[in-house]
Amino acid sequence: MAGEIWVHGEVTADGSLANISTEVATIARTLAEAAGAAVVGVVVAADPAAAASELARFLPRVLAVSEPAAADHAAGAIVGQRLAALIERDQPAWLLTGAGPDGRDVAGVVSALSGWGVLVNAVGVAWDQGPVVTMSVFGGKLTTTSRFATEHGIVTVRPNAIEAAPAVQAGSVEPTTVDGELTLPKVRVVDRVAEAGAAAPIEEARIIVAGGRGVGGPDGFKVVEELAEALGGAVGATRAAVDAGWIPYAQQIGQTGKIVKPALYLALGISGAIQHKVGMQTAETIVAVNRDPDSPIAEFADVVVIGDLFEVAPALLAALRTRAG
Amino acid sequence: MRIVVLVKPVPDTASGGERLRPDDWRLDRAAVPAVVNANDEYALEAALKLTEAHGGEVHLVSMAGPAAPETMRKALAMGAASGTLVTDDALAGSDVVSTTRVLAAAVRDLEYDLLLAGADTSDGGAGVVPAGVAALLGLPYLSYAAKIEPNPDAGTVRVNRITPTGYEVLEGPMPALIVATQALGEPRYPSLKGIMAARSKSLETKALADVAAGDAPVGGAAATTTVLDATAPPPRAATRVIREPADEAARQVVAFLAERRII
Ligand SMILES: Cc1cc2nc3c(=O)[nH]c(=O)nc-3n(C[C@H](O)[C@H](O)[C@H](O)COP(=O)(O)OP(=O)(O)OC[C@H]3O[C@@H](n4cnc5c(N)ncnc54)[C@H](O)[C@@H]3O)c2cc1C
Ligand SMILES: Nc1ncnc2c1ncn2[C@@H]1O[C@H](COP(=O)(O)O)[C@@H](O)[C@H]1O
Repeated sequence: MAGEIWVHGEVTADGSLANISTEVATIARTLAEAAGAAVVGVVVAADPAAAASELARFLPRVLAVSEPAAADHAAGAIVGQRLAALIERDQPAWLLTGAGPDGRDVAGVVSALSGWGVLVNAVGVAWDQGPVVTMSVFGGKLTTTSRFATEHGIVTVRPNAIEAAPAVQAGSVEPTTVDGELTLPKVRVVDRVAEAGAAAPIEEARIIVAGGRGVGGPDGFKVVEELAEALGGAVGATRAAVDAGWIPYAQQIGQTGKIVKPALYLALGISGAIQHKVGMQTAETIVAVNRDPDSPIAEFADVVVIGDLFEVAPALLAALRTRAG
Repeated sequence: MRIVVLVKPVPDTASGGERLRPDDWRLDRAAVPAVVNANDEYALEAALKLTEAHGGEVHLVSMAGPAAPETMRKALAMGAASGTLVTDDALAGSDVVSTTRVLAAAVRDLEYDLLLAGADTSDGGAGVVPAGVAALLGLPYLSYAAKIEPNPDAGTVRVNRITPTGYEVLEGPMPALIVATQALGEPRYPSLKGIMAARSKSLETKALADVAAGDAPVGGAAATTTVLDATAPPPRAATRVIREPADEAARQVVAFLAERRII
């Protein structure tokens, strides 16, 4: 029988399962069916119960590792060490995790400790005697297909690669202990500070309404926020808006911000500079509002409205509200 | 305070011309001019500010091809004092595992209080190397920093780590590895004086045999991953341009979104 496929269940600050892990689990389950392999989830947290039972809605078997140190210490190194130890013990073949900050931290630690290779930022994973991973590289300019040269490896998966689907039958949660000291130095979490930001990572949003310099200021972002709310989406921004201090850096999309692939990207007052484009051009649908018909975004958007966003955005809001009734 | 920064030369994204070599799907480094990876410039800028505030100097470490010194001189011109480049034909085609091992080996013998790296690279975009280097060196790992505050007297460092909803304040002992982001601040432009000074700064080139990478296999021959194929995604459909008064434009956009079943 083919080696097991493992899913790292990421845990959010409030102890629930990160959305990305439901998508990763869905992919892993599909791979396991194709491979005729077992698929197992692993949650490592101070109190893994809630996230583990959530993950068990997607996978037949979930290992729940209680790790008290994770309560008030940075999670990446701790979770990575425990996962590496479990991998050593149970000898699975593959590990899948999210491609966001938490998943990357864990993937890096496990890779180094286990010597496993990593295929990163998967937008699709198929099976052919091992994971065959599709990635979108150079900001969406190329699509590559890769595989492992070895019998094991780690895949980091981008949000929105697939729609999460629970299993027909929920699986079981097995509380598991991992022996041994945590040898890597611990990093204390002194404080957790909530700022006005998105409730969920922007990479996970199905709809993003983004504002750029054209929005003009923090007040201008109100109409961006209202549109996002009316569409059930999240608010994104360009670096120009972030540098101006209108919106937190966590909402920045682009080369040195987040890479997103939503169903709809609605860009208001954004020129579409290459460093922004590489973060959003694989969106399924791009609609832009810009008063400059020669702005780069007018070349790659599906629809561009040439006009003043302070007129068009309120009109859009009204039209959406009318439609919603 | 002594700070080591991991910097990688990458194809200039502003060129828009990055490509893979069609024979082996490796990055075609000859196709586009190289620049210092943007996230590494943020790391370097943060390091320079810290040494300005606390004294000390910045040392660069890179693993890259033989043309890398040219790019590394740009980072020296920004203000780094010196650098180490690990370059070796055997390292061409290295994967994440190799890169992590070689960088860890190159840093292992250095003396430093902080080791800084970028959040990810614009060519590979893995974002996993720094965590791996920290694990191999047994360093405290503080990632996605929006703020770095060392306390040299206490021998600790605090970092605001960006989260989706705000940030967490992390504190660990030094030496530590910190992952830098753009939120740390805009990188400086090299001054003319800096550019002149960079020419005579020490940039040591090492072959693979010169770094103690241990017995673990590294380099292109040990790569754990292979690219099978690369294709350009289908081009986007032609843009539909709407030039109508706001209400009519909004009506057409909403109809379009409904047609695509987005709303
Ligand atoms: C190393 C590096 C990394 C970078 N990383 C990123 C990144 O991650 N993300 C990112 O976004 N950028 C990034 N940038 C910056 C990028 O190059 C652009 O400067 C930035 O994206 C521009 O933002 P903008 O579109 O909001 O502003 P601008 O380019 O100034 O565009 C504003 C647009 O708004 C339009 N406009 C103005 N007023 C109105 C109005 N009333 N109604 C309608 N339209 C209006 C204008 O016509 C214009 O097209 C990076 C740059 C560098 C050098
Ligand atoms: N070959 C390299 N030489 C020096 N630093 C590197 C190299 N590869 C990765 N790094 C560092 O690790 C960070 C993340 O890289 P990556 O995981 O490849 O996206 C980069 O921003 C660099 O700081």
